[in-house]
Amino acid sequence: MEQLKTIGRELAMGSQGVWGSSKEFLELVKTIGEAKSKAEEERIVLAEIESLKRRIQEPDVPRKKMKEYIMRLVYVEMLGHDASFGYIHAVKMTHDDNLLLKRSGYLAVTLFLNEDHDLIILIINTIQKDLKSDNYLVCCAALTAVCRLINEETIPAVLPQIVELLNHQKELVRKKAVMALHRFFQRSPSTVSHLFPAFQERLCDRDPSVMSAVLCALYDMILVNVKPFKHLVASLVSILKQAVEHRLPKSYDYHRTPAPFVQIKLLKILALLGTGDKAASENMFNVLGDILKRSDSTSNIGNAILYECVRTLTSIYTNPRLLQNAAEITAKFLKSDNHNLKYMGIDALGRLIKITPECAENHQLAVIDCLEDPDDTLKRKTLDLLYKMTKANNVEVIVERMVEYIRNISDNHYKTEISSRVIELAERYAPSNQWFIQTMNQVFEIAGDLVPQKVAHDLMRLIAEGAGEEDEDADSHLRSSAVQAYLQILKEPKLPSILLQVISWVLGEYGIADGSHSAEFIIGKLCDIVATRPGDDKLKGYVVSAITKICAFEKAAGQTVDLIPECVSFIEELYASHSTDLQQRIYEFHAVLKLDRDTIASILPMDASCEDIEVDKDLSFLNSFVESALANGSRPYLSDNERRGMGAMTTLASNNDAGTSSLLRFQPYEKPSIPEPAAALVTASHYSQDAIDQHDIYSKSSSNDGTRLKLEGVQKKWGRPTYTPEAQVPKNPINISDSVKVSSSAAGKEASSRNSSAPPYTERKQPSQEISAEKKKLAASLFGSKAGETKAKPAAKLQQNGTSKKAPAKPTSPPAPAPAPPPADLLDLSDSLPQIPSVDPVDQLADLISVDSSAATSTTSLVEQVLDAGKVATKGPSPQASLQKDSVSRQVGVTPSGGTNPDLFKDLFG
Amino acid sequence: QIRFVLLISRQGKVRLTKWYSPYTQKERLKAIRELSALILPRGPKLCNFVEWKGLKVVYKRYASLYFCICVDSEDNELDGLEVIHHYVQVLDRYFGNVCELDLIFNFHKAYFILDEILIAGELQESSKKSVSRVISAQDTLVENAKEQASSLSNMIAQATK
Repeated sequence: MEQLKTIGRELAMGSQGVWGSSKEFLELVKTIGEAKSKAEEERIVLAEIESLKRRIQEPDVPRKKMKEYIMRLVYVEMLGHDASFGYIHAVKMTHDDNLLLKRSGYLAVTLFLNEDHDLIILIINTIQKDLKSDNYLVCCAALTAVCRLINEETIPAVLPQIVELLNHQKELVRKKAVMALHRFFQRSPSTVSHLFPAFQERLCDRDPSVMSAVLCALYDMILVNVKPFKHLVASLVSILKQAVEHRLPKSYDYHRTPAPFVQIKLLKILALLGTGDKAASENMFNVLGDILKRSDSTSNIGNAILYECVRTLTSIYTNPRLLQNAAEITAKFLKSDNHNLKYMGIDALGRLIKITPECAENHQLAVIDCLEDPDDTLKRKTLDLLYKMTKANNVEVIVERMVEYIRNISDNHYKTEISSRVIELAERYAPSNQWFIQTMNQVFEIAGDLVPQKVAHDLMRLIAEGAGEEDEDADSHLRSSAVQAYLQILKEPKLPSILLQVISWVLGEYGIADGSHSAEFIIGKLCDIVATRPGDDKLKGYVVSAITKICAFEKAAGQTVDLIPECVSFIEELYASHSTDLQQRIYEFHAVLKLDRDTIASILPMDASCEDIEVDKDLSFLNSFVESALANGSRPYLSDNERRGMGAMTTLASNNDAGTSSLLRFQPYEKPSIPEPAAALVTASHYSQDAIDQHDIYSKSSSNDGTRLKLEGVQKKWGRPTYTPEAQVPKNPINISDSVKVSSSAAGKEASSRNSSAPPYTERKQPSQEISAEKKKLAASLFGSKAGETKAKPAAKLQQNGTSKKAPAKPTSPPAPAPAPPPADLLDLSDSLPQIPSVDPVDQLADLISVDSSAATSTTSLVEQVLDAGKVATKGPSPQASLQKDSVSRQVGVTPSGGTNPDLFKDLFG
Repeated sequence: QIRFVLLISRQGKVRLTKWYSPYTQKERLKAIRELSALILPRGPKLCNFVEWKGLKVVYKRYASLYFCICVDSEDNELDGLEVIHHYVQVLDRYFGNVCELDLIFNFHKAYFILDEILIAGELQESSKKSVSRVISAQDTLVENAKEQASSLSNMIAQATK
């Protein structure tokens, strides 16, 4: 039956031959429609292209036939094939006098060409002629084409004519002229900036369609600059009023809603105009209230208006009553069964909480529902919302959700986006280092190579620096738990390279630090890492450095290292590696192994990745070498400038009082002070070849030399970009250890450990203060002015748990275990907890803040505590505060408890 | 602002495309492929929006055809949905009970109508009446042209007899 109908229609159309669709074309469409596979379709289309190519070039194709060919080209191009051979014919067709053909020509041209195409220049003339045409339909065709085809350079060619058309008697033409000018504004705002008054005049056009076209243009212009349009608020409001009160022509009704598209556009414009402008906003309150009252929420379009209203209300100067209405609408959206409305509701909620954060609490269940929804779009939108409302007290739950989400998607675009959000949240709100490391590991594991390298460096730095305070115990706990975790992770197949790099570095640095693993075991693991990724040179570099370090540590501790067979073969292979970097590393490794115990201990000291390295900028240790060379008759060093004879004057004048103006100088320097880069390069090559032999020389000379060492500017000489703290680049641990090898001297060790704490840590000090300040602020906004100390949040949470959302809790109430177990399906918090293998934060807490535990109920002392911690902390979130928080949240909110108690969702909502 | 309009059949065949922002042919194909993979499998009860590369695609299914428009992420999705519906209503009004076949065989007409509704990615005409008026004005012109042509050919035919 269905088929019969189809055939009937085809026959009808075939016989009509509407617009000259010939039988051939119908046939083509039909065969493509019946094609069983993509390949078959391809074949048919290619054949069609061939035949078109042939026939279109025949001389004297009748015009009507040509039009048909061009339509067929359009069809072919629509299916994704190249029809560029026919473009010129479409251009030709626009010259035709027959309107029908002209219109088809324009249509084809607008579909084929974009505004930068070479053929455009051929059309300009036609367009100019057509814009002057008496027939308004011709005018319209040209204007439609103008919108698509005119680029910045050709705007002046048509602009005057189009401005004239703004006053055309036909409203259709006026409207299209406005749209064309709008397009010009988008292309190049300066060309039409003098026309703003003309636009405003058209705003009062008798015909609503012209007015609505002007609105589109106005919106774009206001988006760029609000200022010149502020005076329009009153007239726009009155237009909106007319629209709302049904005073526009009936034909603009849409599903019995008066001119909804106009209303929405106006609301958008008003939102822009009212942002941060109290007077303008107050003008709007009336009409906005009116819309909220009148709009019917049963139809889609009504909801569209309501949603737009909410958006406007959240961006203009707020009015509490209207905001209340907006919240009600949002609630209605969220409660709806319609997924579209839920989506809009989530979006609206995201806007509302920027103004009134507390309104989120009423919608917890709805949001959780959306998060659990099978609809991916909705889920993603909800994650967006959660991202916006993440606070220190709910970060764990939210991050866990996000990680779970990226685990299940394959779209790289969103994987990258969401994982970068996870990283951002984790960096901002991490409750503990332990948790941070664990989260990062997960992100690496899932998103792998999509994560920027910087994050890996940050993570390594965090592990290296630990909590950043004097508390070495906590640090080593952190490290050994990191080692433990990584050894665990290594068992999984297919890890991304970046994670393996981090693992190699951590194992090399701390693998044997706590003595629970033997060197052989770690080296074996490292060799396994390489085996999984044979082609990855960068990773190999990390591994070689790690092995070097472990061997050095062992030797320094007075033990002999027997390399296991895999390791030996791995190393043998690298001696002949194509990568010079790898070769260098392996030769260095070789050289290090041959050294005696003390030297090794000084060049690769245990746990020194955070130590500062002093660099002898003047290379004074080479003085004796240079002097002896000069004594042996070498030519003195000339700086680059001098050698080129440029700037000879200045350098000579500064270096030598006897400065002559001759380009060459023949007397030697008294003393080669401050060598220029070229000299450094010469010695540098020396230096890395037999770094070890030279070692004694410069350790002596640098200890003899009393000059203070400066770090800045050194990288230029050595071409190593990373090891000065001045450089903003995150420290690359490998380079650090390398440079330990090269330049840390016997004398350097103590001195550097003295100085070390200062430069790298100052960078991090600021964020910690910021974070604690922010936490305070957030807490304050969540729980009234009393907050600002960590205990208040969980306590308040607890209170609400008990009293089920009745009254705001008193922050002074002591923490106690939450009463009810959580719903297993939603937030299984027992699993979400960071599994801390060897350390219980509560224990740590006791160690760290023993004073505090007695005073747990005293708010003020806690505030002080936290404030102190903020001040004292040298990096990251202060460990005391975070541990405290960690333990409290364990006790209260996050402990496995609760049945179907909805208040546990407080984790998401604070 | 609307980036592009796409009509895809349930089998993933393209019925109409209109690009308001510059896309190369390659990007177009990729977009069509990705979007049909994204949209076609979605169930009927899910919401009509899909996020795609920082933009949003609003789609609606009418019988076997998916109408998709790609809008900026800040645009009002419900509004987009109604733009689609508006277009479909105009099509319906023009063709009288529009079906997929009408669009297949008269795709240029669908384009003309679209041109009257959307220009450069903006909704230009929200009154159905005026859209139909313009289109029918064009059609009358066409009819006139046709009559002229046929009368001309008649005359020629008679003259050559």
